[in-house]
Amino acid sequence: MPVTVPSALEAQIEELIARYPQKRSAAVMVLHALQDHFGCLAPETMEWAAAKLELQPINILELVTFYPMFRQAPVGRFHLKVCRTLSCALAGSHELHRHLCEKLGLDRHAHGPQTTPDGKFTVEFVECLAGCGTAPVLMCNDACHEGVTLAQAEALLAQCEGG
Amino acid sequence: MPSEYRLILKHLDQPGYTPDLDCYLRHDGYHVLRQALALAPRPGPDGKPISPQEQLRHEVTLSGLRGRGGAGFSCGLKWSLVDRKSGKPIYLVCNADESEPGTFKDRQVIYKDPHQLLEGLILSSYANDVHLAYIYIRGEFVEGARILERALAEARAQGFLGRNILGSGYDLEVYVHRGAGAYICGEETGLLESLEGKRPYPRVKPPYFPAVLGLYLCPTIVNNVETLCAVKHVMALGGAEYAKLGTPNNTGTRLVSLSGHIQRPGYYEIEVGKVTLGELIFDPAFGNGLRPSRRLKAIIPGGVSAKIFKAGEKVKVKRPGPDGRELEQTLDVLELPYDFTSLTAAGSMSGSGAIIVLDDTTDMVSALANISEFFAHESCGQCTPCREGSLWLAKALRRLTQGAGRAQDAEYLARIADSIPGGRTICAFGEACSWPVQSTVAKFKDEFVARGKDHEARRTAAAQAGETAK
Repeated sequence: MPVTVPSALEAQIEELIARYPQKRSAAVMVLHALQDHFGCLAPETMEWAAAKLELQPINILELVTFYPMFRQAPVGRFHLKVCRTLSCALAGSHELHRHLCEKLGLDRHAHGPQTTPDGKFTVEFVECLAGCGTAPVLMCNDACHEGVTLAQAEALLAQCEGG
Repeated sequence: MPSEYRLILKHLDQPGYTPDLDCYLRHDGYHVLRQALALAPRPGPDGKPISPQEQLRHEVTLSGLRGRGGAGFSCGLKWSLVDRKSGKPIYLVCNADESEPGTFKDRQVIYKDPHQLLEGLILSSYANDVHLAYIYIRGEFVEGARILERALAEARAQGFLGRNILGSGYDLEVYVHRGAGAYICGEETGLLESLEGKRPYPRVKPPYFPAVLGLYLCPTIVNNVETLCAVKHVMALGGAEYAKLGTPNNTGTRLVSLSGHIQRPGYYEIEVGKVTLGELIFDPAFGNGLRPSRRLKAIIPGGVSAKIFKAGEKVKVKRPGPDGRELEQTLDVLELPYDFTSLTAAGSMSGSGAIIVLDDTTDMVSALANISEFFAHESCGQCTPCREGSLWLAKALRRLTQGAGRAQDAEYLARIADSIPGGRTICAFGEACSWPVQSTVAKFKDEFVARGKDHEARRTAAAQAGETAK
């Protein structure tokens, strides 16, 4: 089924494309815009992007499969990305990740993003978020939370539950 | 007494300082740009006029400024290599892909003082006849990208960007371009591929030096956020004045990110080489030492790619003596002046200015496993030694942290790490994933061997117990 891109989003995408001397340059920005809107990048969305940028679908698929921030399956409403890398690990980010998984009934050993059955939360480990001075850090959707204690993590979950 | 010297960070943590244009203008913002745009051609020694752009570039050369992204390459030299005769447009790209683990300095400027970055970027663009520039910001800085977009809109509205900037006749457009979570985009040619809408596979050099064949195969300058901010201060002070800050060949100020087992983690600005590694870790003005009853075990001095130092390690460094002649000195690593030259001479690097401190509670096997997991995840996969090698390293370290180690794993790790770098890969990622393994395994070898032997002994005991049970 072809994808329906709202006209406002299409206008935004056209404005993004106009920023570059070559259309293809806008690919990553366009994919961000589409993923923000649709929640993930389904095959028909990628085909739409390819057509818009005068590319082949493979040119889009190879980006989606390379860049860690792009996804082909939806995630929960609250996407928690916990920093896995050294400074955060030294400050307890792995305990933080375990705690979140336990609270949400997720498998902390599983590879990649884990989503709760109700589709509310996704938890995953990510690489360095450039917040090493205020470790451990995690992102909840677009917001970065710094120096997160286990109690603060629980409070964040409660806040999301209420929201 | 060692202390901070705040040039780039001068305002951004002051109470009431906000990232909007009004606040920046109240703090003398865009004053340097106004002055630069008002420069007139000056007669040169041969009677030929020197253009304002050339004058500005000369100041940067005089300043001795070295790139703050990681390689420490001379900014003036980088600019001088730009092919200005090709007839093609020249592009400037700001590398705001801050991703080297341990580094969080550029983020401070982007989030709290975006107009400082823009002023440096506009000055650098003007000096290099650039009319289109991009800020390549890492995808996870979602709010940072919004802040920059807002700052760009404000600057455009006030005539600091766009057509005929401040009535000078100079046109410049700048756009924010977001990445999507790949470390390799910080490598400048990988960044350019990404900006062209492709996978960020680094390019082969030669021939693809950005200064000649960069974005869209046009001459391109790629400068780090902090470097562009420094350019603003070079032009404010004049190159010669700026060069008085810091130490010879390591001029100016530099942002340092301190993290790990330390009392006061955070970002600090120092005159390059005026503060030692030990002072950065222990002085109350900086890290203020380790937590009570902890002892220093190791230091990662320039992002996780840098070779690790062991506490108490002595390094031989050549430094100019009192009479100016080079003398070989033996220093404790803590006595090393924190600058590009000394850290390189000591066998490591100051890299992105990120220091990670490890105390005696650290298990070096786990710490290295963490680092190698990062590189295995981030290798772009283009070159076989790096793609396979980074994974083998991570796998071997995984088994050493999960009870399946072998006594010979230390040797095995060293052998693989030795097989990746040294011109076998297209970009420096090969070096970056090998250096921490080479240095950590060499300097803490007993821990690695003991871990492997312990795992073997447990397996043997378990097997024997199984035999007896039969």
